[in-house]
This record gives sequence, C-alpha cells and structure tokens, in this order.
Amino acid sequence: MANIPADLKYAASHEWVKEEDGLTVIGLTDFAQDALGDLVFVNLPEEGDEVTAGESFADVESVKAVSDVFSPVSGTVAAINEELLDAPESINEDPYGAWFIKVEGVTETEDLLDAAAYEAACAAEAE
Amino acid sequence: MGSYIPATQAEREDLMRACGLNSLEDLYAIVPPEARVSELDLEPGLSEMEVADKVGAIADKNVRFKSIFRGAGAYHHYIPSIVKTITSKEEFVTAYTPYQAEISQGVLQSIFEYQTQICELTGMDVSNASVYDGATAAAEAVIMLEERKRSGVVICGGVDPQTQQVVKTYCASRNIPTTTIEGGLTTQPAELARVLEGTTNASVLVQSPNFFGSLEDVAGLAEAAHAAKAKLIMSANPISLGILKTPAELGADVAVGEGQPLGMPLAFGGPYLGYMATTQKNMRKLPGRIVGQTADDEGRRAFVLTLQAREQHIRREKASSNICSNQALCAMTASVYLAAVGPDGLARVASNSAAHAHYLAGELAGLGFKTLNEGTFFNEFVTSCPIDATVLMKALETKGILGGLPIEQGILWCCTELNTKERIDELVSALKEVL
Amino acid sequence: MQLLFERSKPGRRLSLIAECDVPAVDFGDATRAQAPRLPQISEVDLGRHYTELAKQTHGVNDGFYPLGSCTMKYNPRINEELSQLPGFTGIHPLQPAESAQGCLEVIARTGEMLAEITGMDEMTLQPAAGAHGEFTGLQLIRAYHLDRGDAKRTKIIVPDSAHGTNPASAVMVGFDVVAVPSNAQGGVDLEALKAAVGEDTAGLMLTNPNTLGLFDPNILEITRIIHEAGGLCYYDGANLNAVMGHARPGDMGFDCVHVNLHKTFSTPHGGGGPGSGPVGCKDFLAKFLPGPLVKKGEEGYEFFTPEASMGRVRSFYGNFLVVVRALAYILTLGKEGIPEASANAVLNANYLLHRLCDEFSIPYGDSCMHEFVIDVEPLKHETGASAMDVAKRMLDFGVHPPTMYFPLIVHEALMVEPTETESPETLDAFVEILRSIYDEAQTDGELLHQAPFTRFIGRPDEVTAARKPLLRYQFDGE
Repeated sequence: MANIPADLKYAASHEWVKEEDGLTVIGLTDFAQDALGDLVFVNLPEEGDEVTAGESFADVESVKAVSDVFSPVSGTVAAINEELLDAPESINEDPYGAWFIKVEGVTETEDLLDAAAYEAACAAEAE
Repeated sequence: MGSYIPATQAEREDLMRACGLNSLEDLYAIVPPEARVSELDLEPGLSEMEVADKVGAIADKNVRFKSIFRGAGAYHHYIPSIVKTITSKEEFVTAYTPYQAEISQGVLQSIFEYQTQICELTGMDVSNASVYDGATAAAEAVIMLEERKRSGVVICGGVDPQTQQVVKTYCASRNIPTTTIEGGLTTQPAELARVLEGTTNASVLVQSPNFFGSLEDVAGLAEAAHAAKAKLIMSANPISLGILKTPAELGADVAVGEGQPLGMPLAFGGPYLGYMATTQKNMRKLPGRIVGQTADDEGRRAFVLTLQAREQHIRREKASSNICSNQALCAMTASVYLAAVGPDGLARVASNSAAHAHYLAGELAGLGFKTLNEGTFFNEFVTSCPIDATVLMKALETKGILGGLPIEQGILWCCTELNTKERIDELVSALKEVL
Repeated sequence: MQLLFERSKPGRRLSLIAECDVPAVDFGDATRAQAPRLPQISEVDLGRHYTELAKQTHGVNDGFYPLGSCTMKYNPRINEELSQLPGFTGIHPLQPAESAQGCLEVIARTGEMLAEITGMDEMTLQPAAGAHGEFTGLQLIRAYHLDRGDAKRTKIIVPDSAHGTNPASAVMVGFDVVAVPSNAQGGVDLEALKAAVGEDTAGLMLTNPNTLGLFDPNILEITRIIHEAGGLCYYDGANLNAVMGHARPGDMGFDCVHVNLHKTFSTPHGGGGPGSGPVGCKDFLAKFLPGPLVKKGEEGYEFFTPEASMGRVRSFYGNFLVVVRALAYILTLGKEGIPEASANAVLNANYLLHRLCDEFSIPYGDSCMHEFVIDVEPLKHETGASAMDVAKRMLDFGVHPPTMYFPLIVHEALMVEPTETESPETLDAFVEILRSIYDEAQTDGELLHQAPFTRFIGRPDEVTAARKPLLRYQFDGE
C-alpha cells in the first residue's frame, strides 16, 4: 500500500503539496513513483518561470515512458530541486523528500484532496 | 516473373483453407471497390539474369572518370578493401535497429565504438548514432539549440550551399529566423559580432574547412557567438580532423559534418553519414539514437539504446526531432574505416590531401588560375578561370578528367590522397592543351 | 568481448595509403594538440573483431524476424550486387548530368514506378527515411495552404494508434497535433474525426492498414471528411506491403504519401539505416516538392527544380544506392509479382492469426492485413508473464521478437508481421514456439522473467544505463 502522509495535501493527478516558509512545495506521490517505475531523468522548469494550475510544469522519464507532472497551483517558481537532475532515483526512494519545485506568489490553487480522500482515489485507480 | 515467396501454390491453398478463404482476393474484401486497382501499369516481372542485365546496362550509361578533382561535399578517397568486406556481412546489412539488446550486441557495440571515435575526432563528450547526412546534421543542431527565450541561427557564408538550403527548409516552417553573412570566402569574427549585436539568436553555424576550402577563424567566431550568448555549431570534414584543431579546441558547442569521406563511395550522393556530437552539458538535447554501456544481470558488459525518452517513439509530439531510421551501416563503415587507417593513417590521408591540393594550386597559378583563398586552405580551393569554365570542363571530361566545380566565384578544386602528383601533372598537361 | 580500443597496440597498422609525393603543408597553430585515440590494430585483428560482432547480431538470415510494422522481408542478394556496381558507386553527385545519365534514369524510372504503385503523379527520392518523408510530405501540405493565403490551418490530425514519428514530424513542420481516438473496431472514430476538423485543419496523417493491421473500411469517408473541411490527406506508407498492387493511396483519397523502401521494397535495414523514404504527391502539390527532380528532356534525362519548391530536405538526391536496390526489386517482381507479394504477406499473417487465436488474445478483428496485435494482458493477469517476458523467451528459440508495447492502445502488445518471404514451415514452427512459451507461462510464470537463457548476455540493466549514461569508451586514467 502506498505511503500517504496525513500532513500533506494531494492533487488527483498524483502530486503532493505542502506550505513551507510561505512557499508552496510540490512533489510526486509514492503511488505515482511506484506506478511509473524506476525514474531515470527529470525535466524541471527554471527559477522565475510561471506555472499554471492544472498544467504540466515538469516531466519524468522512465526507461520506456515519459510522464507529465502537473502543477496544482498558479504562481512563480522560486526554487527548483537541482539534486533531482543528478539523482532522479531519489524520487523512487524518498518521494516526499524529493520535492520538485517551490512556488511563490500563488494566485490560484486547485481543489486539493486530504490524505483520506487521496487514498480512496488511489484505491479506485488501482482497481 | 521474379518472386521471393517460398510457399508453393499447393501450400498457399493449404494456408487459405486454414483461414477459411476461397481465394486471395477474399483478403481484400474489406477494401472499398473504388479504392481497388485491377492491374498496375508496370512491365512484367523478370528473372534475376534479366534484371542484372537491365540494371547493369543503366549503370553503363554513366561516365566513370579516371581522375576526379571535384569535391564540394562529396569526396573521392581510397576505401580500404577490408571496409567493404566487413560492412557487407549480411548480419550487419540485414539487421533491424537494435532494440532487442540481447541479440544485437554486435550492432550496439559497433555504434558505441563509432560514438567514441567521433568524440575523439571532434574532442566532444557525446556523439549520437548518426543522422542522414551532413546537411541534416546541421539542421538538427540548429533545432536542438533553440531555447524558449533565444531563437534563430546566423549562418556563415562559407557553409556548404546545400547545407544552407536544408537548414533554411527546417527553420522556415518552425519560424526560426535565419540570417546569412554573405560576401568573401571567410567570415570575420568582428562581422559576426556586428550581426549578432542586440539579437537573441540561439546559434551560429560555421563550416571549417569551409565550402571554399578555407579555414575559418573558428575560435574567434566562437568567442563572438558566446559573447552574444549564442552557441556555436561547427561543421567539419572529418578527414581534416586527423590533423587540424578539433571543434572542442576551437570552442564549438556542437560538432557536425558529412561523414562520407570516412569510407563511403561517392555513390551519386548517398547513402552518406551525418555525424553529430556535443558537450556533456547538451547531452540530453542531442537528437537521434544513442548507445550506452551497462551490465546484464550477471554483471557482464552490455550495450543498449539509451536515453530513449528523448525520442519520438516515446515523447511523440514533444520530441525535439522526428528521426527514427538513421544511417547505422554508414556509421559502422566510418568506424571500420577509422579503425583501419588508425591515427597515423588518418593523418596521412589528411596531410596528403592537403599537400596535393597545395601542389595543384601552385601548378594552376603558373597557368593563370589565380588562387582566390586569402588564408590557409585544406584540400579545396577556389581559382579564377582564364577561359570559359564550361568549355574547359568539357575538354577535360573528354580526357577522362572531372575538373573542379564551376561556382559563382570561379572554380572550386579538390584533391585527396588519390590525386597523386602523376594525376595532377596529367591534369596540368591537359589544361595546357586547352588554354 | 573486447572493444576496438582494448585490442589496440601502439605501432600496429595496416599499410593502406601511399607516401606523399609532393611537399607537405605545415598548418602551424591550426594543428590539433593531440592525435585522436583511434585504435591501432592489425588487419587480421580488425577482421576477427567484426566477425565476432557479426555473430552477436541477428540478421534476416539468422532466423524468423516477425517485427510488426518493420516489414523484415528477405533482402535479395542481386539487389546488393547491383547497388555495388562501380558504374553507380563511382559517380560524383556533381558531375554533369550528361555524364550521369544512368543515375538520372534510376531516379526517374524508380520514381515513375513508385508513383504508379501509390497512385500519385510525381515523386521525390530525396528523403532519407520514413520520418524524413513525413517531414517532406507535411511541408507539401504547409506550402499548399500558405500558397492559397490560408495561414490559419495549423493543425494536423493523427489517430491515437499512429507511429510516434507522425506527431513528432507534424511538430517539426510547425503544426499542432490533434489526436483522434480509435473506434471499437480499431479504425478511426468517424464522429470524433468530424468533431476534430474545422477551419484550422491542415490535414490528416494516416497509416492504412493501421498499426493494428486493419484496413479502415471507412477510408473513403475519412478522406472525404478531411477534404470537405479544407484539409489534405497524408498517407504514411509504413504498411504499404499489405496492399501494394491491390489498393492505392491515390485512389483512397490521399494527396501525398511516403513509402519506405527499406520495408516494402526489400532494401535492407542496415542495423537501423540507411533507409529511404520517397514522397509522392498529386499534380496540384508537385510544384512544392524539394528539388532537384529528374525529367526526360530532348537530350536525355535532366534535373529541374519545381517552381515553388519548399527547398532541399537533404543534400544531393537522397540515399541513391538504396534506390538502386528498390529499382532492381520492382523490376524483378513486375506487375504480377507486386500484388502477389502483398497478398502472400497478408495470407501469412492471417494464417498465424488463425493458429494463435485460441491461446492468445487478439483484441482487434478475427482477420487482419499484413500484421496483427496479440494482447498478452490476459496471460499476464493469469500467470504473471508479460509481453516483455514472452518476447525475451523467444530469443532462446532463435526468433527475433515481434514489436513490443506498440501500438500504445494495446497495453501488453506483441505486434506480429511475418511478411511474404517466410515459408509455411517457418510459420508453423513459430506457432509451436509461442504455444510452448504459453505452456511454460502456465506452469512457471516466474521462469519467463529471467529469459533469455541462451544468448550472449542476459537482460541488460537499462535503468542504470539511462541514469548514469556511459556513452563512450573511457580510456585509462579518465
């Protein structure tokens, strides 16, 4: 069963979100990394780029597939996790530590799920 | 009629029965009648003997010159016998793209070796497994260097005209601006700096030795490009890299070129080989197939196609290039050629080609063909022509000599190691008769 | 297996190039600092190196090669021999046309015959591969709309079963891609197509038969919908081997087409290339073709460039020696042999389909054209053995696996294309191999995860290859 920490919020497209020091931190959930398999590369945006709620801001590559990562918020990229570029495996190993971007100046946020609702969504998807 | 179908008529009937078919026509019952064709307007088929005769007769209509002083993108070098022997092995000739690594280690290893050799020639960190030819390699390089905030390529006037045309075709439909620096047989760094000033061009394309044979001041051009935040693409004849400074030494970000001189025949223009290499930093932007080393489950060295998520079969409309089939057997040809000649042999091919060209330039000067290149040239050079170039060339052709290429600026001459002193002296005698 | 660089010993060499007979040129500070570290090797070692590599390469003559959508048919030897005639290999591409009449004749005649086979009016042989042909064909469509002053047509419609090159090519030509879903029968969903077309439709790219091996019975309706919306129809000829001599893209309503000489016309794949992707079009598009083209003039064949040419897509005239092979092939088969080849390709595929459909799930159709797709999903669900496992186990039997995991709309896909050049014995042997793998999966599904067992290497670690790319040989001390 996928690890779904209770203190985070989730997008139905399998990103986790948390607020930290006034910034919105976004990453990929354990359920998502497990479904995608061994990740081999991440394409990240640049600092200063605009992200839009519901639109792709990054993609992750496995050996035979590439998948978009969607932003649950609209705002400006304040920081990117450059460590992922050299160690994409950290997304597989520690999905909730391996954040992708931090967003500032958030103007819009999607309706997010709490842990229980996200767990139910994952269970439905796994069927 | 010729056919490569093993099944006899009786066997075909057995197969049809197994499928519940009465005739082969039933297989096409789903095709609307309007889209059916009853008979093609072609000749009846032929036996192998007849085809050999017919195609042989077509080949005989071509004139094979005993002496070729024409290059301009296609070079007549000596091809070692072992190159042809190895690259005719039917496993290499008939295999598909090595997606199934377990039964494709031969092809995969040879591409890995090719990539290493291209890196050694260019001084770059990463090479792909080939693209179609030198012209499309340049076009792919321009596209790979496009950024969200920087777009456009400045083309130095000494780039092969066909390459320029292909780059423009590729750029036009994507609205990538192209600017050409015309005039002169080389481009000066100060001129490039002027053109780049205040622009957001992503790249500069230079060829050295260029179309006219001249060495460009690539280091100076690279400096001017980088000062304007543009990347430099250098196209180079790979033979020249046997002795001349590498694209990496000169500051290029991407090295491309026409690999035909590395063991491929003239063959009326193809198949040839586009090579492409770049720095570690741009590795993931490189289009096309790339082979990497890894290990199998028992720790044995193994090679695989890697970084595939860049490519069209996975990334589809988000891929930076659509290339699928490449020129794999030509890449293997280049690799065998480079292994056969080795570092000393490649240097000898390069220096002999240049030496012959310089000797020819001297001889021609004595006949009134003035060399127009101002700086150093490699194995091609442009001269004036004291008489009508068409008349001159026709006269040479009747003596079995393909002379230089008439171009706007004069005549573009070329020598390789095959244009020996004896051949050059024959050319000179023939010219004396015509003049 | 050693690499070339590991066989290298300083001082070993072949004696290939004569010493220079004129004074040397000193390039001074233009000279490179260090010689390239190319291998130094004897001729005998060089020969053995590649003989060893050849043993680790599976060619068409090493066994059955049912690789879907790749048309791995036999590559006739005579075509190789004729392509190597010095009268072709020794011809400079820039020698005067009157001294290269044979080469121009090859281009002109092959073009004419391909135009007849595809139902087109004019061909260019310049594109070097299928994807390059797509690029060229889409440039034709772009040029056509712009020529009419219709700049708003920015979208290319591509079915979801298409090859990845289709959407990638459309983007390369500056179009946006609109994907349309397949219907339950595997064809184009007509309602979805009607909803997708509009004033922004530049055209449609379609492979017919498609990647499921199905001929779309609505083809005339499909091309009519596109034309009525003002778009053009592009035929991806990847699967032409199913229909050549029976149905022509030009008669199905297509305006332009590419063919893959390395599939349908028996030229070899070369381990990934060179191929050749000639593009044909109807008369109204011919003025936009890349130049130069060849025509017959009063004094023989001559080059010309069409009046509104899109420009070059490649140097010179394409992969010429590949074209020579295709010419020899078409001359050999002729008007009767071409439809006979395609009909037998379709017959062989249907025979395999009928013999395999009891054990394996074949989700689309109970008959097919030249290929069909097995869905391994039910077997995987039952036993754990995936399409990958079945494919890798085939390697132990000396069979090249079918195309895996494509088309994307079948999740555990194995796409089988036998071609016409395989005998009934080969087909029967393949059926027995697949059945035995099926039985193995029933008894020990885990075993198949470890396959293959008998090849030079086991399954390579592709994850590490991609995470830590090692893309060239590392010399000592690096």
